[in-house]
Amino acid sequence: MTFFKATVTASAVLLATSALAKTDVIVAMQLEPPHLDPTSAAAGAIDNVVYANVFEGLTRFGPDGSVNPGLAESWDISEDGLTYTFHLQEGVKFHDGTDFDASDVVFSLDRARAEDSANAQKALFAGISAVEAVDPKTVKITLAAPNGSLLFNLAWGDAVIVAPESIEAIKQNPVGTGAFKFDNWVQGDKIDLTRNADYWGTPAKLDKATFKFISDPTAGFAAMMAEDIDVFIGYPAPENIPQFEADPRFQVILGNTEGETILGTNNKQAPFDNVKVRKALAHAIDRQAIIDGAMFGLGTPIGSHFAPHNPDYVDLTGNSQYDPELAKKLLAEAGFADGFKTTLKLPPPSYARRGGEIIAAQLRAVGIDAEISNLEWAQWLEQVFRGKDFGLTIVSHTEPFDIGIYARPDYYFQYDNAEFQGLIEDLSVEADTDKRSEMIKKAQNMISEDYVNAYLFQLAIPTIAKADLQGLWKDAPTQAVDLTAVGWAE
Amino acid sequence: MRALLTNRNFAIGLLLTSVFVAGALISFLWTPHDTSGVDIANKLKKPLSEGYLLGTDHFGRDILSMIMVGARTSIAVAVVAVGIGIVIGVPLGLAAAASQGSLMDEIIMRSNDLVFAFPSLVIAILITAIFGPSAVNAIIAIGIFNVPVFARLTRGAALSLWKRDYVLSAQVAGKGPARISFEHILPNVTNLLIVQGTIQFSLGILAEAGLSYVGLGAQPPIPSWGRMLAESQTMISFAPHMALLPGLAIVFTVLGLNLMGDGLRDIFDPRIRREKR
Repeated sequence: MTFFKATVTASAVLLATSALAKTDVIVAMQLEPPHLDPTSAAAGAIDNVVYANVFEGLTRFGPDGSVNPGLAESWDISEDGLTYTFHLQEGVKFHDGTDFDASDVVFSLDRARAEDSANAQKALFAGISAVEAVDPKTVKITLAAPNGSLLFNLAWGDAVIVAPESIEAIKQNPVGTGAFKFDNWVQGDKIDLTRNADYWGTPAKLDKATFKFISDPTAGFAAMMAEDIDVFIGYPAPENIPQFEADPRFQVILGNTEGETILGTNNKQAPFDNVKVRKALAHAIDRQAIIDGAMFGLGTPIGSHFAPHNPDYVDLTGNSQYDPELAKKLLAEAGFADGFKTTLKLPPPSYARRGGEIIAAQLRAVGIDAEISNLEWAQWLEQVFRGKDFGLTIVSHTEPFDIGIYARPDYYFQYDNAEFQGLIEDLSVEADTDKRSEMIKKAQNMISEDYVNAYLFQLAIPTIAKADLQGLWKDAPTQAVDLTAVGWAE
Repeated sequence: MRALLTNRNFAIGLLLTSVFVAGALISFLWTPHDTSGVDIANKLKKPLSEGYLLGTDHFGRDILSMIMVGARTSIAVAVVAVGIGIVIGVPLGLAAAASQGSLMDEIIMRSNDLVFAFPSLVIAILITAIFGPSAVNAIIAIGIFNVPVFARLTRGAALSLWKRDYVLSAQVAGKGPARISFEHILPNVTNLLIVQGTIQFSLGILAEAGLSYVGLGAQPPIPSWGRMLAESQTMISFAPHMALLPGLAIVFTVLGLNLMGDGLRDIFDPRIRREKR
């Protein structure tokens, strides 16, 4: 027995040494980014890979969603709130060796807010009237009107600083200032990042980080169990969580996200251009059944496009209580007593695939025949997000504070309401916190009462990781898998 | 008929197959529960729970009902796919045999070789990936690969028949090759076709399950054995019945059909029959 104990201790020591030696991490995610330029696409998978790791902005989000200094070490705000003077970090170099200075900031922000910009979140920069380089280490941003959320806006992945020297190839070969350099991308499989030895700030603990894309939940489960991967961000099969919790090899981190999961509805397509039909949809859906059935209980019901953990949140789930009889009545009033046929196009995440089956069954119960088609991520972006060729879809909007997308009539669900657009415009120039809060609440009410989309639940993010991996974010206040502080326990 | 039933392979195979065919037929009229709805409150019930003989899946759907309706999907896909193979493959084989050595024979048989040369499941995946996943595309994909199987079999058997005296006399009597093929050759290859059809049928069920498993077969909410298996995978540790039951359904149907095929071959092939006696 003593002998046996000794062996166990010896092997434990051995294990500990091998863990010490480990300086790389393999991070699995379900979705692969379409390319790697966070400033020209909405796909969250891009930010997951590059935000904070490869690219940095003037400010950056912390793990709790707070806005912290990034490439700007500090800033002064003028009395009238119209001029922001940013003092940039010293000694910052891009990965290709070129220096980072004020002209890169001017270039990046001008590029993002330009007329012909491909930026997915142009509204973030709407209030900026000028960006000037005062000297190589100082940038002055002038606003048309005071904007309380400028520092928050600049922390987004869409506002990261890029270099004019490397902008041409950014989609395939991103060059930023972050603690990791882009190394290699095997499409359909993985992206490798390596440590940036010349990083200006606290260097990364890991020498190498690999993002692996595993869209199939079963394959994800197998890879995790076989320890082929070290961490799975947004683990897609919540039913396995108890099993991981019981396994001493793993830790389970359950976090909040900014992901409002919605039944995206094509507001321009008949019959969804009729608000009664959309209201009927909302009442036909039993959110709790979706949360229990598709997410095994993970998730908070929402009644509007707003995150419940935000202080300005209003619980509007009452606007769309599960009531199939009311839904049928509304459909009859809208002239669809016998129901109608539509499409339900589902991207790969399991909340969508499983939620879709449940929603299709619930819609069938009120007479709506939603034909399911399962799409790959690229197909979904092409057909639904860009092509707007869909009736219904399910997707989670994981950007923080993104209610502004409802003010964009060309956004894929095509909600066009001048009053709402005016409200968001006013909101973007309002600096008074109380007034802002009031306007934000009004905005939530408006889209909830207009039944733009059917609001399902706030996505929870389960992260499964090896037990001795440290420094991962618990919540996802923005789309990011920040690896800069991640390391193995010693 | 008695000869059929005294053959043990055939009898067992027939029994197994009829269970699933009966299940599929009954499902048109009645299933224990509705399979198109979800009932989250009753999810993941173990087999032999009250009201659910085989338990429920992660959406609270009754697994027995799902297997019954899934049998319908499997059988329908396999029947039509084998049908495509026979309807196209047999005439091709007959034509090739009738014109043995001619250019037409060459064209037919070399095109068959071409189709044969591709790994069938990979092509099926290609077809469904291009034209979109659906039961119909799965049928077409599986059907195409049944064509050369039947064409070759028919040609091979027909070639030896063409040398028989009664075919020669029919030729002498002035019958054309088409008429001879259908009046004298076809009836004599039917036995072979039935045996092969049974085997292809079981392969069709397997292929359908495989395609559904990777998400390229029948789309939800149509139940399908392959998809039931795929969906159960991450739950196998706490709800093994979800994987086991559709898996067993596939095993027993395929086993049944293969046993039936073996039995039929024994019965039809006079040489084997004589040895057994």
